[in-house]
Amino acid sequence: MSSDKEIKFPEETLELVRRMMKRYPEGKQKSALIPVLHLAQAEFDGWLSPQVMDYVASLLNIQSIEVYEVASFYSMFNLKPVGKCTIEVCRTSSCWLMGAEDVIRHIEKKLNIKTGQTTADGMFTLKGVECLGSCGTAPMLQVGAEYHENLTLEKVDSLLDNLRKEDKRKCYTDHFDPQSN
Amino acid sequence: MGKKLLLEKDHVPGIRSYEVYRKEGGYASVEKAIKSMTPEAIVEEVKKSGLRGRGGAGFPTGMKWSFLAKPPGVARYLVCNADESEPGTFKDRYLMERIPHLLIEGMITSSFALGANTSYIYIRGEYFYVARILEQAIEEAYKNGWLGKNILGSGYDLDLYVHVGAGAYICGEETALLESLEGKRGNPRIKPPFPAVAGLYGCPTVVNNVETIAAVVPIVNQGGDAYAAIGIGKSTGTKLISASGHINKPGVYEIEMGITVEDFIYSEEYCGGMKGGRKLKAVVAGGSSVPILPADLILKTANGEPRLMSYESLADGGFASGTMLGSGGFIVMDDSTSIVKNLWNFTRFYHHESCGQCSPCREGTGWMEKILHKILDGHGSMKDIDLLWDIQSKIEGKTICPLGDAAAWPVASAIRHFRKDFEEYVQNPSSIKDVHHYYRLNDLTEA
Ligand SMILES: Cc1cc2nc3c(=O)[nH]c(=O)nc-3n(C[C@H](O)[C@H](O)[C@H](O)COP(=O)(O)O)c2cc1C
Ligand code: FES
Repeated sequence: MSSDKEIKFPEETLELVRRMMKRYPEGKQKSALIPVLHLAQAEFDGWLSPQVMDYVASLLNIQSIEVYEVASFYSMFNLKPVGKCTIEVCRTSSCWLMGAEDVIRHIEKKLNIKTGQTTADGMFTLKGVECLGSCGTAPMLQVGAEYHENLTLEKVDSLLDNLRKEDKRKCYTDHFDPQSN
Repeated sequence: MGKKLLLEKDHVPGIRSYEVYRKEGGYASVEKAIKSMTPEAIVEEVKKSGLRGRGGAGFPTGMKWSFLAKPPGVARYLVCNADESEPGTFKDRYLMERIPHLLIEGMITSSFALGANTSYIYIRGEYFYVARILEQAIEEAYKNGWLGKNILGSGYDLDLYVHVGAGAYICGEETALLESLEGKRGNPRIKPPFPAVAGLYGCPTVVNNVETIAAVVPIVNQGGDAYAAIGIGKSTGTKLISASGHINKPGVYEIEMGITVEDFIYSEEYCGGMKGGRKLKAVVAGGSSVPILPADLILKTANGEPRLMSYESLADGGFASGTMLGSGGFIVMDDSTSIVKNLWNFTRFYHHESCGQCSPCREGTGWMEKILHKILDGHGSMKDIDLLWDIQSKIEGKTICPLGDAAAWPVASAIRHFRKDFEEYVQNPSSIKDVHHYYRLNDLTEA
């Protein structure tokens, strides 16, 4: 549980944060806020608690309120606990035309939750999201960094079965850093 | 086959890697620019090419570059807009994913032309795996001496970084993007000052779309005149079109500007015709923000001329009977499509994505969504159609950034061209299978 865990990045993530801050000019370290929030969300159970946001503020040497106002603006940041695996279904234009509504209804039924909710076993959260730039392969959904495209209800079923076996949340931690050498 | 400038090497196996890209002639524009051209000469070639911004507004790139302020001792920035969040648009992702070095090369050549020593690629957070592809390409470019200190022994230094966003359509708007890059909420800035004078960190900045920057590579390699010779009128060169919806072959197509819309939809080279042989009902030609046109007006202008895939031809007739090329997000709808329900979906999108700074947009998008709900629910009246019209007219042109216009135009055009569809929902709700969806639609918009 996140509440028992000490809120601190492991050393290699801290090193990555320091390198990220160097990508921006002297005195503009706040620019690293969004990338660092991604790291924090991946590290601390997929969501940003006030304690986690305070920790990020201390790393970047900015006020906590500066972190809250940013975290609450962007749809990828979760301010409430989420399941082990967040399923994000595109519900916009072309996906909508190609059957996104059926996909969403199907997942809702299968997981017995509504969009925006988490399953009772804490496994899945279902989110409706806006166009993810995959309109030519609609309908689609995203899990972690992975795109699942040209969906059919059968594909969705086998995806859910596979996902039960994995934890996709960590995708944002293995961030490639070109300045590392 | 039309001429390809950006996707010419798309089918070369391994083109994503540095070795193959280089072997296929990659990075020639950097060599040419740095070794034999002055920054001013590059800007001149870009002006000659007639290249217009591919992010949606179509502003002449050479002109934008020449506006960049150059106060001595002040850093200048080039920021690539890889936010790509206009619904219906997926060309930048395709390009970055398949030929990442083309964007990196364009960034280096363009940064040199603008005198920028630090440049950023701002990419939407959801394209996380694409960001990693770009970072790998950047690392290869550093290793091979195309980035870093003293590039090609010229004394020119450039650092290039990828910066990921976190999900917000508004961050595609260039000043919101800059705010976001500074680690803030994506609230657009009041212009002036324009980014060319006060952009990133208050310094002179050029913001360009991925495709625009990629197009600088063939322009520098082949010369602005050669680029301008392709296309039609002021729509020079090639354009990436993201085709989606009810067609046989959705995907990204590089077209020579000036082919007919009919050819684009029906020929085997492009969309391959309507899916299931159904009838074309409507097209949104340039991303969700541009006016929707019914089949007859997208295929032919009001004067009966064939409509062409170009900035001018798509805009022919103004908003009364035309539309815009926009981002090239070409969404095709067949005769099974409910225009009203589709509009509700667009309006829901804009309501969700409004940053909330300006009341007409923040409140107006919400009201339009609610009224469309009501109509879809079978409780609409004729007055509601007029009310929708009234609301959109009070958003357009009255906001800090053009998101307000982008939310208003789909509503105005749908009512202008498909008023009968709205009236049918109002007058005869029991005949429409989508009615009584109010609560169902409503819970779809949760979260
Ligand atoms: C609401 C809104 C969203 C936008 N989204 C994008 C986008 O995702 N990508 C993009 O390149 N331009 C987008 N633009 C246009 C940018 O503001 C800007 O004009 C563009 O990046 C300039 O580059 P260009 O001249 O190369 O097109 C958007 C504009 C608005 C008003
Ligand atoms: S509409 Fe779903 S990815 Fe674009």
